[in-house]
Amino acid sequence: MDAKGKKQAGTHKSTSVREQALPPIPEGEDRDTLLAYYNRMLLVRRFEEKSAEMYTKARIGGYCHLNLGEEATVIGFCTGLEPTDYVYTNYREHGYAIGRGISPGAVMAELFGKDTGCSRGRGGSMHLFDLARRFMGGYAIVGGQIPLATGAAFAVAYRGSTEAVACQMGDGTTNTGAFHESLNLAKIYHLPIVYFVVNNLYGMGLRVEQGSAISELYRKACAYDMQSWRVDGNDVLAVRDAMRKAAALAREKHEPSLIEAVSFRFRGHSVVDPDRYRDREEVQEGRAHDPIEAFAARLKAAGLLDESGRHAIEEQVEHDVDAAVTFAEESPFPSVEEFMSDLYGYVYAPGEAAEKGGRNG
Amino acid sequence: MAEITYRQALHDVLREELLRDENVFLLGEEIGVFEGSYKITAGLLSEFGPKRVVDTPIVENGFIGMATGAAMLGLRPIVEIMTINFIVLAMDQIVNHAAKIYAMFGGQCPVPLVIRTPGGGGQQLAATHSQNLEVWFAHVPGLKVVAPSTPADAKGLLRTSVRDNNPVIFLENLALYNTKGEEPASDYMVPIGQAKVTKEGADLTVISYSRMAVVALDVARRMEQENTLSIEVVDLRSLRPLDHETIINSIKKTNRAIVFEEDWRSFGIGAEIAALVQEEAFDDLDAPVKRVASLEVPLPYSKPLELATLTGARQLEDAINELAPRRRRNTTV
Repeated sequence: MDAKGKKQAGTHKSTSVREQALPPIPEGEDRDTLLAYYNRMLLVRRFEEKSAEMYTKARIGGYCHLNLGEEATVIGFCTGLEPTDYVYTNYREHGYAIGRGISPGAVMAELFGKDTGCSRGRGGSMHLFDLARRFMGGYAIVGGQIPLATGAAFAVAYRGSTEAVACQMGDGTTNTGAFHESLNLAKIYHLPIVYFVVNNLYGMGLRVEQGSAISELYRKACAYDMQSWRVDGNDVLAVRDAMRKAAALAREKHEPSLIEAVSFRFRGHSVVDPDRYRDREEVQEGRAHDPIEAFAARLKAAGLLDESGRHAIEEQVEHDVDAAVTFAEESPFPSVEEFMSDLYGYVYAPGEAAEKGGRNG
Repeated sequence: MAEITYRQALHDVLREELLRDENVFLLGEEIGVFEGSYKITAGLLSEFGPKRVVDTPIVENGFIGMATGAAMLGLRPIVEIMTINFIVLAMDQIVNHAAKIYAMFGGQCPVPLVIRTPGGGGQQLAATHSQNLEVWFAHVPGLKVVAPSTPADAKGLLRTSVRDNNPVIFLENLALYNTKGEEPASDYMVPIGQAKVTKEGADLTVISYSRMAVVALDVARRMEQENTLSIEVVDLRSLRPLDHETIINSIKKTNRAIVFEEDWRSFGIGAEIAALVQEEAFDDLDAPVKRVASLEVPLPYSKPLELATLTGARQLEDAINELAPRRRRNTTV
């Protein structure tokens, strides 16, 4: 539905899009691609379960926010983009990093604070980064990534190239000044960016409708005359298709747009959150709409996946996650000296010639 | 030797850098059509067009973040913040993002960003438009902070800042824009982190930066002529990184120091330098380091009140007279 179009009658509940049953797999979808989606979603699930386990074993420190329950949203987001597109996310980003092609080992090593981590142990769970995969960072100040992603889109437009920028955020972020400032900038400069709001119904413990004057968050794009859509975040194909459409708009027309994916967080805000503010029934209901189970059922109904195939994928994923933990365990911690000597892109020493490239150019 | 104003110096380097590097662009409020609140960017929109000289709406956090993101992809934005007071709205993007991105992501992504902004009081602009907030930035690893006092150093440091791969806060001062000075050679560059002894002396050292470095030099020259005091003046030019060597070498020579700053006194540049000097040159000190700074009040509007609260030449002279070696002072009385 388009934010500029007719408002859906009688839908004030945030969860409305999920009440419809998921449709059958459409004609023309490639079997291997679909199975790869399933594999990736399951990889995110098992990776996050393992992250929680490693956190309780004190291998992981700090804050740790999981994508459990949001796997269809995460993989739909990633598979709707091209490798040349740029991705900015918030701090709940392990799955996005993996979906973007960063190895689970490099992500787990980062969570362990190891030198082989994708941010070399400097960033941790909330600050994953991989320039080669154009994964331009997880950001942990709510809304902080939005002006940055808007600037990346500004750079793409400045150079006249054709990549899209995708900027993921949570529902609570749509109340920040950075969100509104950035959407306005993107529209006035016609920037190739997709703002992607994961509405998992809660910003930490605050329900969406308690924190936002409108709970259909995609409608906020109206103020900036920007196209926007709400999709079922439990449907990996719906998220992917929305992402493709929005990214095409960015690449071809240099127009920003916004997607709201309605999703559900299986656990608390972070690993240590006991999740006391949600009703047991609500959580049970949310978990009953398991996006991975739902996708497996659709694949099965279409004759694309049977129990033995599912079992084989499960084994492969568990192997990959175990290998990631082993890699992280066996990797060295970063060197203090090296960290201290590389705090700046280039440090001028008095008397030195001024024009000189930094470590990265 | 040709003379040039501080304003013209900045303008000329912006123009040169736009010509030199296609990745350089300017953005900020009213820098294009309006030609800049203080006319630093006058004529640049008509010469370079709206792609290179970008007018922004009034969204400091938004457009500083946007510039930071563009820098992550290899552009070299030069942002103008109309006055330093408005930079407060962008602290999240500067401190939590621009300053962190290089180190926090393991050195994968430099942020070649310059933020130019004038600070300073004395224009009857009252409390919200007269601040000196440079210590906020000088405190933050990941940023560089420069504060040139002369047109030549404005040129030399702006060139260096634009070509640096880190976020640089380039501090100007409203009262410096119309000041004149020697025009340097066309390739004059000033390394970031290098102070300058602007006047040699033997009796005491005045350490300053930005507009107060100009005042300090005037006072030092005048007092030397009037009463034979020999005052050394160190113009810091950069606040982060701070040039310890030049400061300490001067103290070793004169054994006495005054830090002179337009900012508030507590937790300021003076506090930092006093601490540095006692750590690195305690045995060379003949007297405690003095701090001369503005009164700790929100700056008032009314001219007599403003004059009473801002520091200046008179306060510096008083401090010099108190701190100067006795033998020298006695000769003048």
